[in-house]
Amino acid sequence: MYNKGLIVPGLIITVLLVTFPFWFDVFSSAESTDPTVELPPGGEQNCIYPADEMRAEHMVILNEWRDDVLRNGNRGTVTVDGKVYGKGLQLACMKCHTNKEEFCDRCHTYASVVPYCWDCHLTPTQQKAGLKEAN
Amino acid sequence: MDTKRRTFLKAAGVAALAGISAPAVTKLAEASSSAVPAVAENSAGTAGKIRYGMVIDMRKLYDRPDIQEKMAAACRYAHNIPTFDDPKSEIKWIWSASYEEAFPEHSSAHNAEIIEESEFLMLCNHCDNPPCVRVCPTKATFKMEHNGIVAMDYHRCIGCRFCMMACPYGARSFNWFEPRPHITQEINPEFPTRMRGVVEKCNFCAERLARGEKPACQEAAAEVGAIYFGDLNDPESEVRKVLAENPTIQRKPGLGTKPSVFYIV
Amino acid sequence: MIEKALRGSSRYWTWLGILAIFIGIGAVCYVRQFFIGQGLTGMGRDIGWGLYISQFTFLVGVAAGGLMLVLPYYVHNYKAFGRITILGEFLAIPALIMCLLFIMVDLGQPLRAMNMILHPTPNSMLFWDMCVLLGYLFLNLICSWVILTAERKEVAPPKWIYIFVYLSIPFAVSIHTVTAMLYCGLPGRDFWLSAITAPRFLASAFAAGPIIIVLACLLMKRIANFDAGKEAINKILTIIIYAALTNAFFVCLEFFVAYYSKIPGHMHSLDYLFFGIEHNGEMYNNLVPFMWTSVFLCFGGLIVLAWLKLSKKVMTDAADWIIAAGCLAVFLSLFIDKGLGFVLGGLAITPFETVVEYYPTVNEMGVTIGIWAVGIFMVTVLYKLAVDVEHEVEE
Repeated sequence: MYNKGLIVPGLIITVLLVTFPFWFDVFSSAESTDPTVELPPGGEQNCIYPADEMRAEHMVILNEWRDDVLRNGNRGTVTVDGKVYGKGLQLACMKCHTNKEEFCDRCHTYASVVPYCWDCHLTPTQQKAGLKEAN
Repeated sequence: MDTKRRTFLKAAGVAALAGISAPAVTKLAEASSSAVPAVAENSAGTAGKIRYGMVIDMRKLYDRPDIQEKMAAACRYAHNIPTFDDPKSEIKWIWSASYEEAFPEHSSAHNAEIIEESEFLMLCNHCDNPPCVRVCPTKATFKMEHNGIVAMDYHRCIGCRFCMMACPYGARSFNWFEPRPHITQEINPEFPTRMRGVVEKCNFCAERLARGEKPACQEAAAEVGAIYFGDLNDPESEVRKVLAENPTIQRKPGLGTKPSVFYIV
Repeated sequence: MIEKALRGSSRYWTWLGILAIFIGIGAVCYVRQFFIGQGLTGMGRDIGWGLYISQFTFLVGVAAGGLMLVLPYYVHNYKAFGRITILGEFLAIPALIMCLLFIMVDLGQPLRAMNMILHPTPNSMLFWDMCVLLGYLFLNLICSWVILTAERKEVAPPKWIYIFVYLSIPFAVSIHTVTAMLYCGLPGRDFWLSAITAPRFLASAFAAGPIIIVLACLLMKRIANFDAGKEAINKILTIIIYAALTNAFFVCLEFFVAYYSKIPGHMHSLDYLFFGIEHNGEMYNNLVPFMWTSVFLCFGGLIVLAWLKLSKKVMTDAADWIIAAGCLAVFLSLFIDKGLGFVLGGLAITPFETVVEYYPTVNEMGVTIGIWAVGIFMVTVLYKLAVDVEHEVEE
């Protein structure tokens, strides 16, 4: 092999770099724990679907609602436990999950996803206190 | 290479071109029949379909800049519209300007004094034949089939600003900066803000209409009753009656966009 | 083949290093724009497109200009272009990549660019522009690579490649036609709403593209020991002169329509560009010096080139510098005419028939220079590949 002196250390460094997350995890002292979310402060027990399904599908449902309301002119309502909500993140979800910071953000931060919902939609805190005061 | 072979290759090239472009042409045909209702839909076959329109009775707004400002403020609150001092970055849904700016095609050398002195309200015309919808590469702006409103999907807009080029009424604004720090008025908790890098414009208060309310500007001008709003396809509607009784003008009618906003001057 | 780009003289590396610095400056400027917003540019509510889109429009022309080498060589079997046809293709590739970069930096939400593919919209000319630009990029990549590889191995190129070569001819025309259609189908923009926009774009493209190739050939003769041949340069000059004259003729037609019809909408933009326009007591004329520079450079350059040809001096070595000067003049003229005047002339007159002037910001110019540096970097590397392969074959 030509340039053995360069290639072999290079390969080793590459392998180490690629597998860095595993090494870091093995030697890191930080405890990794699954995120816990706080349930609606109002004590609501049921969502439009069971929790498992919501966990896996909420982003898809939100996209479908978005297209229904905005594009198809289908601003329908959803009824949960007798209460009627307008379709939408602000109009339905956040009515019960008023604690976005302890609910949405816990998992999103853990999974390192940054949904752009909040670039435009107002969190319950912002709705109550206004944009400037909430930030 | 001998000439025969070159002749063959030329023929092959032409044939390949035809073959490759065929699927694209089929797709174009399919897509334009299914996804683009905006261009075809017009006077014929409108029975049962709503087409929202507005009549602005300027006679009631001459010398009333206070009412015009009240209308703009109501819109700003309803839709969380930011305020920028620099005209370059302005976001405008409904605004006032001179007759020359609003109706450059109608200007005459000797306008009535009242026209010269007053400002005119401008907003998105919600054209029946909207050029902005035609040029949008992502269908982020579209005409809603059931009520004729030209709407925006801010989730999808890529910010190419082609629609701003196509709009002959200057009704569209781009978010050059983060809009939220520039919302100076109280926030409307029921309506989202926008984000940087998307285009926005008047939505005829689609969200208020869905709740059975009137457009915010109409409500704000209620004390003088300057705004009529309703279904242009319904001969019995108030707007149609006002249109039947009064001579009206539209902005730049010669462009064939078929605006849904009419002015009594 | 790519390894040839990695071996070069210190002059080659210094040049690439300088370009890399400019690319770095452009990147920093773009990062600023990405995080703060397009508000950092000179664009605004009335002038919604600026330097980025006008550069894009000009560079689509440069990419299409390679057609003026491909067509004579492959369709008319004009052998003198044998050595330089690859240069046309290797010019189109960087030009197209610059076009795509200019579109990306112009988008308000660049991360959503894929929405154009996720939600294809055939009624939008921007959708078709994307299709033909990507198609033409693909065709140029495959044609240039296969043909250069064959040349290196000293065998005839595989026959199937000619299908793509011939296909690239209508594609070259289509990229600039569709780019013109972005502008010329918009109601209410009188300056753009002209059926001659597409032919005018093509004419200026067929001059601007070949000019770059002539300039590159003259440069490479001095520094890379690559001679395109007198006959080839002479013939390209003929093409450039006719194309630039055609463009000038089309511009004159625009003048006639505007000033003979006296329709204000058609006169306003030309007034603004060439004479200055008064509105509400203020004079707007920031582009007037540029446009007249363009006019004089165009005719000056053309007169020099035509004189060289008529006096038969064009075939002498001493003519090289004069050719370069003439070509540069015409190129600058076309760059101002299309890369500045066309877009801004159309936008300065707003839908309210007010006048707004545009001044690019430093940040915006930084991004623009960065993208030009990317293009020149790529042209340098690709032309080095092509020349090295030719040298290898000759040995």
